[in-house]
Amino acid sequence: MTTATAPPVSRPDSRALVHPPDQTGGVRGWWRDSLVFAGRNIEHIRQIPEKLLDVTVQPLMFVLLFAYVFGGAINVGGGNYREYIIAGILLQSLAFGMTGPATSIATDLTEGVIDRFRSLPANRIAYVTGHYLAELAGLGLSIVVLLAAGLVVGWRTHTDALHIGTALLLLLTFASAMIWVGTWIGLKVRTPDAVMGVGFTVVFPLTFLSNAFVPISSLPNVLQWIAAWNPISVMVAAVRELFGNPLSPLVKHTWPLEHPVVAAFGYCIVILAITVPASLRRYRVRTSD
Amino acid sequence: MYEQAVQPTKSPGFLGEAGAAEGVRAHDLGKRFGDLWALRELDLDVAPGTVLGLLGHNGAGKTTAIRILTTLSAPSTGSATVGGIDVVADPGGVRRTIGVASQQATVDGLMNARKNLVMVGRLHGMPKGTAVARADELLERFGLTEAAARLVKTFSGGMRRRLDLAASLVASPQVLFLDEPTTGLDPRSRNELWDMLLDLVRDGTTVILTTQYLDEADRLADDIVVLDHGRTVAHGTPAELKAQIGNDRVDVTMAGAGEFPAIVRATENLASNAPSFDEAMLVATVPVREGVRLVDVMRALDAAGIDPVELDRREVSLDDVFLTLTAPDDATEASP
Repeated sequence: MTTATAPPVSRPDSRALVHPPDQTGGVRGWWRDSLVFAGRNIEHIRQIPEKLLDVTVQPLMFVLLFAYVFGGAINVGGGNYREYIIAGILLQSLAFGMTGPATSIATDLTEGVIDRFRSLPANRIAYVTGHYLAELAGLGLSIVVLLAAGLVVGWRTHTDALHIGTALLLLLTFASAMIWVGTWIGLKVRTPDAVMGVGFTVVFPLTFLSNAFVPISSLPNVLQWIAAWNPISVMVAAVRELFGNPLSPLVKHTWPLEHPVVAAFGYCIVILAITVPASLRRYRVRTSD
Repeated sequence: MYEQAVQPTKSPGFLGEAGAAEGVRAHDLGKRFGDLWALRELDLDVAPGTVLGLLGHNGAGKTTAIRILTTLSAPSTGSATVGGIDVVADPGGVRRTIGVASQQATVDGLMNARKNLVMVGRLHGMPKGTAVARADELLERFGLTEAAARLVKTFSGGMRRRLDLAASLVASPQVLFLDEPTTGLDPRSRNELWDMLLDLVRDGTTVILTTQYLDEADRLADDIVVLDHGRTVAHGTPAELKAQIGNDRVDVTMAGAGEFPAIVRATENLASNAPSFDEAMLVATVPVREGVRLVDVMRALDAAGIDPVELDRREVSLDDVFLTLTAPDDATEASP
């Protein structure tokens, strides 16, 4: 066999001469690497702009559908349905936002590119947090598009800047929670194709069994209870309250629905507290063999 | 563990010219998946600036060995150092030292070639300007300048491989790992890639490559480790291995299985090792000595009264290596 020399010096000393200092551990290295990964996702959108349709055109179609097609048939108890529906569509679009990171992460995992990233001296969690930053930018765009569309069809706010600001903060917090749910799903599923199925079987029932599109009072009694406890109902009610949009009458007196803003932030924080550590752990497990 | 991996020095002249450069060492490296050992008791000692070829079939443990040495997978047993750095204790340090080109070309199909390389440079901690300059330099070197702005998913297999190799060289690694770098390439791209590798080695890069092709290992490697079912079955320079496994093979297709002992006797003086026998195909494979011609075999068979159905002289294949190196008593069983 070939012969090699073992330097008599201790390893740390000899290494210091050869290798640049470790820049991957600190907050700055993490942030810089996260931005590199976020830039990669944004580059993907530049190459395949259709990826943005999910978070822009699709919600717009929902606005038109509900404002002009179904709107006339739904009675929200005195309020303006177009003002009622915007919060519902916002929350549904953001909930569907989970499919974005889930699909792209699952795709990366089935292709070899994740091995390339892992063999580079990049920050260990920057891949996941970079995804989060890019997806949050996408969902932020979705919020802007939807609110603009709302203004066109007749939606208005009736509160002060503080409330509106809080509403936007809640929407971004909810978007963050959904992105991390999607990240966790993406790390969990075996193929990217499975993601769409998971998205539809979870998000559609959750949003339709809520106050997002119809008042809870119009549902059968059993479904009223489900809708009253459904976190989506609480989020939607919170956004309506903060924007000063019509709230449907409270038929089931659950604590979250009676205190929607506090409860909505609470739900988001609970979801984040579960999915962020779970995703980071899952990322380590999924990519360590 | 580290102390065990470091053997006493034998060539003290090296340190003077390359400072603290080290190659790759592994001691008793193993990886178990459930009940299955993908890799067992692998010992390596690769000198800096040399090429080690890991030779074996699919599932022999080559990729597992590469994954452990490149910190993508944790070893179940043993220890390893790359460039003097322990792969388990300091994976980050190893990642700053190595370049990896894996079996699937691990480049991002949804980005163009230049952006792929710039991203890799940025993740190595390079400032943007440096990363862009380095990307352009590598694109030039690998003949991809023209395709720099094209989406990688439109690349041919050969171009993808070249870009993948370029990506593994962004940070000028001390040690380069290549997992089956030429699998699926046409002969021309394969030759080009070989030349590029030899250039790198000339510049002092240590290379570990896996391959299923004997000729590739022969052409590129200073040392070869032959793996079979996770175990090292042979280890040596190409010349040493060839001395062990012989040169060319002559396949003698016979009319009936009963002729095999007669063929063995007739070719005794021409064979370098014992012939193997594939009963299903009725083929006796005779490893012939250096300088033995096909007509010599033909005459010997004729003299013994054997009339072969077919006679074929060919180069040694990986299958022959395993037939020779693994236990000879089950040679017929292992024959394809």
